[in-house]
Amino acid sequence: MEAHAHGAAHELEIPYNVHPRPDTGLYNAKLGIWLFLASEVMLFGALFSSLILLRTAAPTWPRGWTFLNVPLATVNTFVLIASSVTVVLAWANLRLGNLKWGRLFIAGTLLCALIFLVNKGFEYHHEFEMHRYPRTSNFMATYFTMTGLHGLHVLGGVVVFLYFLFPGAKMWKTDRARYTNRIEVAGLYWHFVDLVWIFLFPTLYLL
Amino acid sequence: MAQRKQIRVGTQWMYADEAYRALKEAERVMKQEEQGGHEAGHPPQSWIRRYVFSTDHKWIGIQYGFTALCFLLFGFSLMLLMRLQLGWPGHAFSLMKVLGEGRAPGGVLLPEAYNQLGAMHGTIMVFLAIVPLAVGAFGNYVVPLQIGAPDMAFPKLNMTSYWCYFVGGVIMLASFAVPGGTANSGWTSYAPLSIIATEGQTWWLFGMVFLITSSLLGSVNFIVTIIQLRAKGLTFMRLPFFVWAQLVTSFLLLLAFPPLEAAAVLQLMDRLAHTSFFMPSGLVVSGQVLAIAGGGNPLLWQHLFWFLAHPEVYVLILPGMGIVAEVIANNTRKPLWGYRSMVGSVVFIGFMSFVVWAHHMFLTGMGTLISAFFQTTTMIISIPSVIILSALFLSLWGASIRFTTPMLFALAFLPMFGIGGLTGLPLGLATADLHLHDTMYVIGHFHYVVAPGTIFAMFAGIYYWFPKVTGRKLNDFWGKVHFWGSLIFINGVFFPMFYQGLAGVSRRLYDGGIQYAHAKAAVEATNPFMSVSALCLLAMQVPFILNFFYNVIAAMLGKRTAEPNLWHATTLEWAATTSPPLAHGNFAVLPVVQRGPYEYNTPEYTEADFLPQHVVLAEAPPTPSGGLLPATAVAQREM
Amino acid sequence: MTEQTVAVETPAAPPAVAEHVHGEGHEPGGHHTPEEIKREIRVYLYVFASLAVLTALTVWACYGLKMPVHYAIMIALAIACTKGFLVAGFFMHLLTERKLIYSILMLTVFFFAVLLWGPWHHFIDMIGHQ
Repeated sequence: MEAHAHGAAHELEIPYNVHPRPDTGLYNAKLGIWLFLASEVMLFGALFSSLILLRTAAPTWPRGWTFLNVPLATVNTFVLIASSVTVVLAWANLRLGNLKWGRLFIAGTLLCALIFLVNKGFEYHHEFEMHRYPRTSNFMATYFTMTGLHGLHVLGGVVVFLYFLFPGAKMWKTDRARYTNRIEVAGLYWHFVDLVWIFLFPTLYLL
Repeated sequence: MAQRKQIRVGTQWMYADEAYRALKEAERVMKQEEQGGHEAGHPPQSWIRRYVFSTDHKWIGIQYGFTALCFLLFGFSLMLLMRLQLGWPGHAFSLMKVLGEGRAPGGVLLPEAYNQLGAMHGTIMVFLAIVPLAVGAFGNYVVPLQIGAPDMAFPKLNMTSYWCYFVGGVIMLASFAVPGGTANSGWTSYAPLSIIATEGQTWWLFGMVFLITSSLLGSVNFIVTIIQLRAKGLTFMRLPFFVWAQLVTSFLLLLAFPPLEAAAVLQLMDRLAHTSFFMPSGLVVSGQVLAIAGGGNPLLWQHLFWFLAHPEVYVLILPGMGIVAEVIANNTRKPLWGYRSMVGSVVFIGFMSFVVWAHHMFLTGMGTLISAFFQTTTMIISIPSVIILSALFLSLWGASIRFTTPMLFALAFLPMFGIGGLTGLPLGLATADLHLHDTMYVIGHFHYVVAPGTIFAMFAGIYYWFPKVTGRKLNDFWGKVHFWGSLIFINGVFFPMFYQGLAGVSRRLYDGGIQYAHAKAAVEATNPFMSVSALCLLAMQVPFILNFFYNVIAAMLGKRTAEPNLWHATTLEWAATTSPPLAHGNFAVLPVVQRGPYEYNTPEYTEADFLPQHVVLAEAPPTPSGGLLPATAVAQREM
Repeated sequence: MTEQTVAVETPAAPPAVAEHVHGEGHEPGGHHTPEEIKREIRVYLYVFASLAVLTALTVWACYGLKMPVHYAIMIALAIACTKGFLVAGFFMHLLTERKLIYSILMLTVFFFAVLLWGPWHHFIDMIGHQ
């Protein structure tokens, strides 16, 4: 879309914010979020790299279930996968023009995310009760750091979805396509968070 | 079909109807200015929204530029205090008393304080001065203009990036006031020293988290902007080299910074939660065994740190190369030699920069296979750098060189970067590095690349684009004084370092090395000379600072004396109005690009020695002789 | 500026490209017809079921059977990669995504692999002991 010198709108109009640029086939936020996710791959990659080095170098390393609650974490895995489904269903419904179901599925995603965090809270609490802290061993240190950073990313997603569910939903009336794109972009971030957990769960709990 | 009429405006030809519309627009804007208001239906932005939390890339670029230049001066001052100590170790200086009694009792610098200065000088120069200046300031201001875009792709994200940087900078500065002082384990913060270091190191880590976040958000913005917001007709191979350099730089920031963010988190865990990611078992500090779990690996920190820090040095140099390319093309009045090779080389450098990092770790006990790997990749990465430098040199061949102030800095960049690059070769060879690692030779090498390299390129950029931003030209005479003085004294500071390093003088010694018998002679012969040069270098920056502020203030007072395209340049930023207004888009009419970025003295057009990228020529190019034969004209245009 | 500025039409300008090219079917989400979207929804539900099954499988194989570490690593990695492929390919619609995104991700995966390899190789290839 040609950038018109901005008219009545307060904001400067940036081309390709909503509709894709013909030669790349992408709108700006879609490219932006994939770039951001690429950087997140490198972030978690550094942590996985550290884990590999520390584990290879260690004379002994406990199996995950020695200290950690595998059944609870398995439930959490199902919950997070479910949240990925709900968010993609939310986006599909918004594309069908169905705001009510879209918001319901976003709420479903939020609910799953909060369940995940609460379960994590139980897990951490149990470890502290058993006097197992990050400083106790490198196993515990990597467990707390990696799940902690992942948990912060889940929390970030919660904040974003809360915004889109409530104040941000006003945009449905003014710029439906842009709101739908925002859910798509937030969904991509959310799937990535799920993807990290898909690798993190077996690495920490099952190996 | 009847031809659209063209009229000549200045050195450009415009379609008459287009010029008429622009004239009407100009009349309307001028009438509004007189009426002193903003457009109907467009309430004036508050001062805070306009100048503090601006989302306009031009103002954000200026914010970055001003903040970065302040940090540059501050980092320079830290270095001067270090050089006073190195030149005359143990001497009492009244100037040193600014550091307070804790750091310099009676004006004599303590070794612990020297370490603080060293760590903060490096950190501030790399993360708070050069990258924000090269990418945040020049990148933000120039790139959207050069690609014909109304702003960056994500203006609010741009604003957030600046304020993240600002907060990170405040945290770094605040660490000076913390008990125990600032970080003092080098800008490299190696474990385990950094883990047991004073409180300032924790502040350093938190500051780094903000700075890294700022860079990450900025890099996403730049890449999306360059890919998505290019004007019509601006294909990738018609981009100015500066934009290519910024694109590759942004990819480096995007993919290389996160491992350092992860490493900073791990180091914070080690320091605050007493984990042992980087702490080996059985570590004894001051006679006491540390009560930690152990099992960690200090080398893990080094790998994660250098995985970023090597691409980081390319982040430091590439925008500078971009600026030098622009200035050289403009002041040789001919296209760059080997544009395609330069583009291929800069992309290749970006890629290779991710696989060379362990050449900083040759002395950590790496085996022969892994050392050979990194040595090979390091040698390979020197090739595209040489290609770029050679192309810039070859661009001078047969050129009509205009020795303007920006061109002087750009020309000096070439041999200075050459020295920096060549002195890197023995460092990249594992065997030679055995002798040179952690000596003053390394300091000389990287300062040559960054100081008379990048910083000269930054000066070239400032002198070149100052008229675009402010509408005034910096004073030429004082610019040349600034140039010659800086060139002479900067070599005086850094060249002897190669000699010192070869003689075996180690780096990071608070007394410069005079306590060591093998180093004493080399150090006594050179350090005072280098310190005097550093002081003279400071003196030579004064004309620049005065020149800069005088002209900024004059411009703010409305005395805009420079013509819009005073350098007669071809790239799109010069097609925008001088000092384009904030929050109103950059171009009266979005340009449509017709040709490559460096059409100087092109046979296609002989009315002037340059043909801007966006100007449309009529079917028969107007020439005094009545035009070339149509067939020849077409053939030449297609060349 | 309140006036609409008109894109300058010039003889040498590249041919004007159609502004809205959605519905060309190449972009994910370019399928706008309700039937196509409903078909997508069915795919998502199949993927969900597969992910659930694979999760149960990996927990049973590694934890339920208390597999030794070497086997557990291979099995867990294989299943995790499959699950990852499903999430990335279908939920993030990477299977139908543009080439530009693909190339950025391939580049990232390469550097990710380098980052995973480097410190580890250093550790197993040290001078002297170890």
